[in-house]
Formats: sequence, C-alpha cells, structure tokens
Amino acid sequence: MKPFTTLTGVAAPLPKANVDTDQIIPARFLKTIARTGLGKSLFANFRYDEQGQENPDFVLNQAPYRNAEVLIAFENFGCGSSREHAPWALLDFGIRCVIAPDFADIFHNNSFKNGILPVKLPREICAALMEDAKLGGNARITVDLERQVVVRPSGEEIPFEVDPFRKHCLLNGLDDIGQTMQHKPAIDDFEARQRAAQPWLYA
Amino acid sequence: MAENRPRTLFDKIWAHHVVETLPDGTALLYIDRHLVHEVTSPQAFEGLRVAGRPVRRPDATIAVVDHNIATDSSRRTGITDPESRLQVDTLEKNVVEFGVPYIPLLDARQGIVHVIGPEQGLSLPGMTIVCGDSHTSTHGAMGALAFGIGTSEVEHVLATQTLLQKPAKNMRVTVDGKLPVGCTAKDIVLAIIGKIGTAGGTGHVIEFAGEAIRALDMAGRMTVCNMSIEAGARAGMVAPDQTTFDYVKGRPYAPKGEAFDRAVAWWSTLPSDPDAVFDKEVFLDAAEIAPMVSWGTSPEDVAPITATVPDPAEAPNETRRAQLERMLQYMGLTPGQKLTELKVDVVFIGSCTNSRIEDIRVAAAIAKGRKVADGVRAMVVPGSGLIKQQAEAEGLDRILTEAGFEWREAGCSMCLGMNPDKLTPGQRCASTSNRNFEGRQGPGGRTHLVSPAMATAAALAGHLADVRDYQPQGSH
Repeated sequence: MKPFTTLTGVAAPLPKANVDTDQIIPARFLKTIARTGLGKSLFANFRYDEQGQENPDFVLNQAPYRNAEVLIAFENFGCGSSREHAPWALLDFGIRCVIAPDFADIFHNNSFKNGILPVKLPREICAALMEDAKLGGNARITVDLERQVVVRPSGEEIPFEVDPFRKHCLLNGLDDIGQTMQHKPAIDDFEARQRAAQPWLYA
Repeated sequence: MAENRPRTLFDKIWAHHVVETLPDGTALLYIDRHLVHEVTSPQAFEGLRVAGRPVRRPDATIAVVDHNIATDSSRRTGITDPESRLQVDTLEKNVVEFGVPYIPLLDARQGIVHVIGPEQGLSLPGMTIVCGDSHTSTHGAMGALAFGIGTSEVEHVLATQTLLQKPAKNMRVTVDGKLPVGCTAKDIVLAIIGKIGTAGGTGHVIEFAGEAIRALDMAGRMTVCNMSIEAGARAGMVAPDQTTFDYVKGRPYAPKGEAFDRAVAWWSTLPSDPDAVFDKEVFLDAAEIAPMVSWGTSPEDVAPITATVPDPAEAPNETRRAQLERMLQYMGLTPGQKLTELKVDVVFIGSCTNSRIEDIRVAAAIAKGRKVADGVRAMVVPGSGLIKQQAEAEGLDRILTEAGFEWREAGCSMCLGMNPDKLTPGQRCASTSNRNFEGRQGPGGRTHLVSPAMATAAALAGHLADVRDYQPQGSH
C-alpha cells in the first residue's frame, strides 16, 4: 500500500448526501479480477450518457477536476455494498482523500486499507470546503495526515480526528496481514481453546 | 471489562472471539466462518499468491458462485459472458489451488451465499461470520455476529482467520405487538429503515427484539437482518431461541447428536442479559405497520402502499428538496400521485432478502388461480437449487408458471445488475430485493422495494397494489 503523508491538490465538490457504492462504481464494472483499471468507470452513471459520451456537467469531466486528488461530499458517503472496487475506482482515478460529515462503516474501513484517507468534518465545514473547491485549479487544498489538519486555500487550518492505529498504518503504508501474522502464537492458542470448548466448529 | 456487567448478545459473541486486544483498543477478532463468492475474492487470492501465504483454515471457509451467473437454462451449456466466465473460472482455479471447499454452479446446493449459509448449517448461533458482501448481515438471524467486509479484509481472513476490529456500539430495535394481515418481515424492516434512516445504525450492531420479531420464522428473521445494512448497521442479529435450534437441527454442517446438545446449551447462554444496556433504543408497534413500498432511490424513502408520492415543496430544507426533486425525476413520479397508480413493467421475486421457500409459498398462495397482468414480466428466482427442488416438490412452480411467472435457476439475478437479469432504462420494477439505488437493477431502472406478497399483488394488478386486496383465494 502506498503511504499517505500529505497531499496538496485540487478538490472536487460533490454536493450530495448518501453517495452510495452503486454510484461510485456500478455493479456491471465489478467483473474484474484486478484491482486496477477501474478509474474510467468511477461514477460511470453520472460521467457518461447512454452512448458512453462524457456528460460535461459532471464535476469530474471538467478541466481542473480531472486531476482531483480530494473529493468533498455530504453525509453517509459510501453507503451500500462492501465492494472494495469503490475505493479502488477512486484511487485509480487519482483521489487519495474523501472529506464528508460521515461515512458508511465498510467504505470507511476499505478506504484505509487502500491508502485513501477518509476525513470526517462537520457539515458546515464541508460546505465551506465545497465553496473553496468550486474555485478549481485556483484553490488547492492540503491534507496533512501527520499533523491531522486540512489547510484551506486561505491558509486556515482545520483539525480532524483519525484513529491512531489507522494513522500509523497509512503514514507507513503498512500491510495489516503482516502485522497480524506477528500474533500467530495467540491465534494458535485461541484455536486450541475453542476446539476444546466448541469442537463442532472444526471439521 | 467487568465480567459481571450485564451484557448484550453482541457483547457476549464479541468477547468469545477476541484473540488479543491491541494497546489502542483494536481487537484481533477470530472468525469462525468465511463465505466466499466470485466477485470480491479474486484480488484477495491473488494477494495470497503474491505473498506466498496459504489459507489458514480451509475447513472454516466455503466458496460459491452467485452474483454474476445467468439464472436461465443457459448456465448448463457454459457461461457466455466472457467477463463473468473469467471471474467464475478464476474462483474455480483458486479453490483448487488453496484447497477451499466449493459448491459449483451446477450443484443442487448452489445458490445465493446468504441463503445457503443457514440452509447448509454453515451459519450457526454464536459464530462470527464474514463474507465479502454487505448483506452478510443476513446470518445474524441465526444469533451470530455476521458482517460484510471488503476484499482486503477477505484476504486478511483467508490468511489469518482473524480481523482487526473496533467494537461496535449496541443498538436495540424492539418491535412489539402483532403484525396485521398482509404484512410480513419485509414490511417490518422497511418500516424500521423508514423510521431511523439509512445512517440510523451507523457504528452500531442492531439487535432486533420484541414480540413481533420472536414470532417470525427463521426466513423472516433473515429478511429483517439482511437489511440491517440498509439502516447503516454493519450487522443485525436476533437472539437464538427454540425457533433457531429447531431450524439448525439436522442441517448438513450443523453439530449432531451429543455435540448438538452441547451446542444448544452454549447457544442458550447467548441472549442479552435482561438488564443489559444499549447505546441506542428504538421502539415500533407492529400493529401500526402497513404493507410498505419504497418510492425513492434510498431505502429510507418508504411509505405505506395507501400513501401518495411526497411533494418536494413540503421538504423541510433546501438540500432535501433538491434530493426529492432528483428522486422524483429519476423515478418518473409526480407529487401527490397515488402509489397504487404506478404501473410496473417487471416484478422480481428473489435475492438474499426474499428468495426462501417461505417467500415462494407466499407468492404462490396469492398467485394461485390468478394471472399476471398483460405486459408485465414477472420472475421468481429461488435462493438456492435446494429451494427450487423443494418448491417443485410442493407444486409451487406449476402454480406460478400457470399464473404467468417465469420460474428460474438460483442466483442473485435482478438484485444488482451484474448478470443478464437487468432492467432497461425507464422500466419500473416491484422488487423483493434490498436496494433501490439509481441504476441498481440496471442503468435507468426504477426500483420499488416490496415484500414477496406485495410483489405478487403488483404482478397480478399490473401496478403497485395493496396485497390486502389480493388475499389467497379460498382462504376466507
């Protein structure tokens, strides 16, 4: 996983609540066995018309936002399915950070596992950042994970909370599995105890 | 944690599965059962292969294909869609390479992963159960802690049989009273989501309790727990009781004989202690629930079938007004229109929410001696091959096909628009599935979520209809 430390870039405003995973990546694009290449299908139902032509009104089809690295939205971002194709599509497009008032649980988890930082900020602040984002290439936003601040184009710093363990993993690009493997003796012990108490769980 | 503090069902199952607690409070949680399907697993197996890691417990893992397969007879001659075929072939290679038990497409036990888990006795009370699919919450009906995970977590479970998790908060939804005629488990859960909203359960595990939940059979409990995720909760659960134990007994993977008795003794200790404290409590009176239908593009946008389409002009704020306008435009609705006036093009009875034998019996009872309205395509897709066999043994397939329904092979079908069963743009569908998101059943498709009884009524009427006007003939 690519570490996330700090990024400065264009932020795309998506002023919607309940952006669900079927919007982020419709199910017909899930028939892949790779993690990459999904960026072209990100928000496909909004980005393209029925003939597959780009819809010029959609934010990610507009000049500065084609290179957006941050996405700003409203409540309950990422609700719906557990498909990790949602963060994969965001990442493949180039988005490394999503800012919203809150996130659906599974999407929130999946983001961290892929080097995407979900930042929870109150709705008023998201609305203000959305106004900044509308300035496109003239208003770059900085997200500094080490210091836990979002820096507005004005220089104003907005602090955010992040789970310390997840922050550590993201800053260092750490793979969860490698870390969990260090607990193998504890897992072995657990299985020995459980096998004795609930033998029906073991074939 | 004080050992004598009153605990919830969730607290108890959680505590039984903590391998280790890390310094920051994250738990290494042991996973008893891992269900795998073709769509969210290829990248996980690839990760194992690259790192040279084996599957830690193949005996706790089982794989099946369900999402992208056809539900017509074409499956017998091979999968025609090249991308779908690649995903299925990839799973079949992976299960051989990693030694994971697999139920193939043409096996009678094949079906929707969340249907076959309980059906095979793979999902048991007290277990932790995961799958790379958000509707894993279904298995919570067994009195288990069951939740959906992403592909990175699928790989993590395959490699370590554990997950790194922070404990969820406890929420209880109590539904007391008796459900009126014409209402089912689906109406209960749609009413709950309508009340608490799609983020109402975020960060929580919901325990469904109360007289109306206890009175549900296992299929009904599965329907309710299935849609916990639509209420924002990762997991929903119902305390195991005699109904649960009777359901589990004799299933292929369930404990047998003396082991079953031991298991029941342990499962009986799991229900929440009487004075356990929940972080959030919600109460509903079952008697006030009516047959429900969703009218918008979020599962919280539901109303009784007797209602009318809401007017954006009456929205409480500008954001909601804009959202309502967008929904009504997408759904092709006008404010004030009666829901029963909405003509349907397609009726879909199936999905992990409502494809069990009990659901099909309800549909057949209402359809018996009646006809699907002209111009309506109505399909019934059993949740598993075994359910299909059972329905055929009961003659339900004949009743349904004589009424004009299509009788299909098991799979996810028209729930999610990634197999040949899809809506075309603008088509309106009464669907027993779980999500009415834009494009969920196919680009431009318009979904109305309903119970199997209501879906059947819509098929017969040709428009959304009140099932109370379509009671089984000869039953009164």
